[in-house]
Amino acid sequence: MTFISRAFRGRPRDQGQAGRLPPGQYLVRDFPVLSAGPTPRTPLIDWTFSITGEVDKLKNWTWDEFRKLPTQTITRDIHCVTKWSKQDTVWEGVSVDTLLEGVDTSAEYVMAFSDGGYTTNLPLEDVTGGKAWVAFNFDGAPLEAEHGGPARLLVPHLYFWKSAKWVRGLQLMAKDEPGFWETYGYHMYGDPWREQRYSGD
Amino acid sequence: MARAAVQRRLTWRLGRVTRRIDETARAKSLVLNVPDWPGHRAGQHVDVRLTAPDGYQAERSYSIASAPEDGDQVALTVERIEDGEVSPYLDDELAEGDQLELRGPIGGYFVWSTDMGGPLLLVAGGSGICPLMAMLRHRAARQSHVPTRLLYSSRSLDDVIYRKELDSLAGRADGLEVFHTLTRSQPAGWSGYSRRIDRDMLAEVAFAPAQDPLCMVCGPTPLVEAVATTLVELGHAPERVKTERFGPTGG
Repeated sequence: MTFISRAFRGRPRDQGQAGRLPPGQYLVRDFPVLSAGPTPRTPLIDWTFSITGEVDKLKNWTWDEFRKLPTQTITRDIHCVTKWSKQDTVWEGVSVDTLLEGVDTSAEYVMAFSDGGYTTNLPLEDVTGGKAWVAFNFDGAPLEAEHGGPARLLVPHLYFWKSAKWVRGLQLMAKDEPGFWETYGYHMYGDPWREQRYSGD
Repeated sequence: MARAAVQRRLTWRLGRVTRRIDETARAKSLVLNVPDWPGHRAGQHVDVRLTAPDGYQAERSYSIASAPEDGDQVALTVERIEDGEVSPYLDDELAEGDQLELRGPIGGYFVWSTDMGGPLLLVAGGSGICPLMAMLRHRAARQSHVPTRLLYSSRSLDDVIYRKELDSLAGRADGLEVFHTLTRSQPAGWSGYSRRIDRDMLAEVAFAPAQDPLCMVCGPTPLVEAVATTLVELGHAPERVKTERFGPTGG
């Protein structure tokens, strides 16, 4: 009983791209900006990154300490819940595995927290095992503030609201809790391939 | 941060177009009758889904422009993006009597209702007026007198969406003031602003930070970035500045 929109044909489909585009998404070449409030601008001298919550000991880096950690270059497609996808984006960042090295925890979830009060929740296994980074360069240049600079979380296999802009740390949690958009009805997990945009999808 | 989650499954519904309104040369409003519409708050949006005969689907988000008080009548205002896939269909092809698939309401942060009080500063660029119009319509429907100012940036007078209705709302003398700025061309005798929104304009129009106004800013990213940053520089608390951005993203 699928509804067909009268006289709608859509754009010509590129079969070569079809397998790379999750359902309901379309490709963009620009880099749209979405955020709920003013862009925070924390001076690097005041910036820190912390691992907090259910851990045996807290970890904390200043910007200089963070930038001495080993980095990786990551090329991935990204998918925003507002329907745009951007292919082959190139980032440089520190793997979350590196940040969690030596941390003893029984936690199964993390809450990423950011300047400006933004939060988003993720399962720990979705930010470990080479699946997530704290990225500070985009396309070979320092990440602009409106795109989340000086550093944002990068979790490209989930909708991009999970890749928290202006990220300042990860709080490890025993139980899952909704972050900012999740509180407003967005999906707790957010897998673009299963089109988990909103609660109940 | 609010933790009052409303976890309700958002199902696809069929609305029927009951009216089409030419707002400007590039923007049309679609008034839909959506049976059993669950209701919305002013500022929320819907997802619209188009399905081709071969099963291909395209989805986009549109702000709701109508007041929650309109019941099952839900109005969307769609600005045509020339090389877009969905907006030209909605603006040119979809006729009165046609059905449209949608789900919502979505979002709960960029919202305002009369019980949130004021003062309320609304700043819009182009079609960014749509969710703010829902707030103004809600305010009027509730006969609210919350002190409210709208600063609305358009390219020319012909590009002003809801122009007559805004004039009429401002004429109610109920505490709403409307300020226009026209950035590209102005008619003879124009007495409003004639430039992009800047610091001086915001300092003149916005309520004083000491009045702790709620500021809602919606429009293209460069406008929203500039306005939100300037409001904070003028002394407004960042948590009182809420933003929603429309980008040229192929819609």
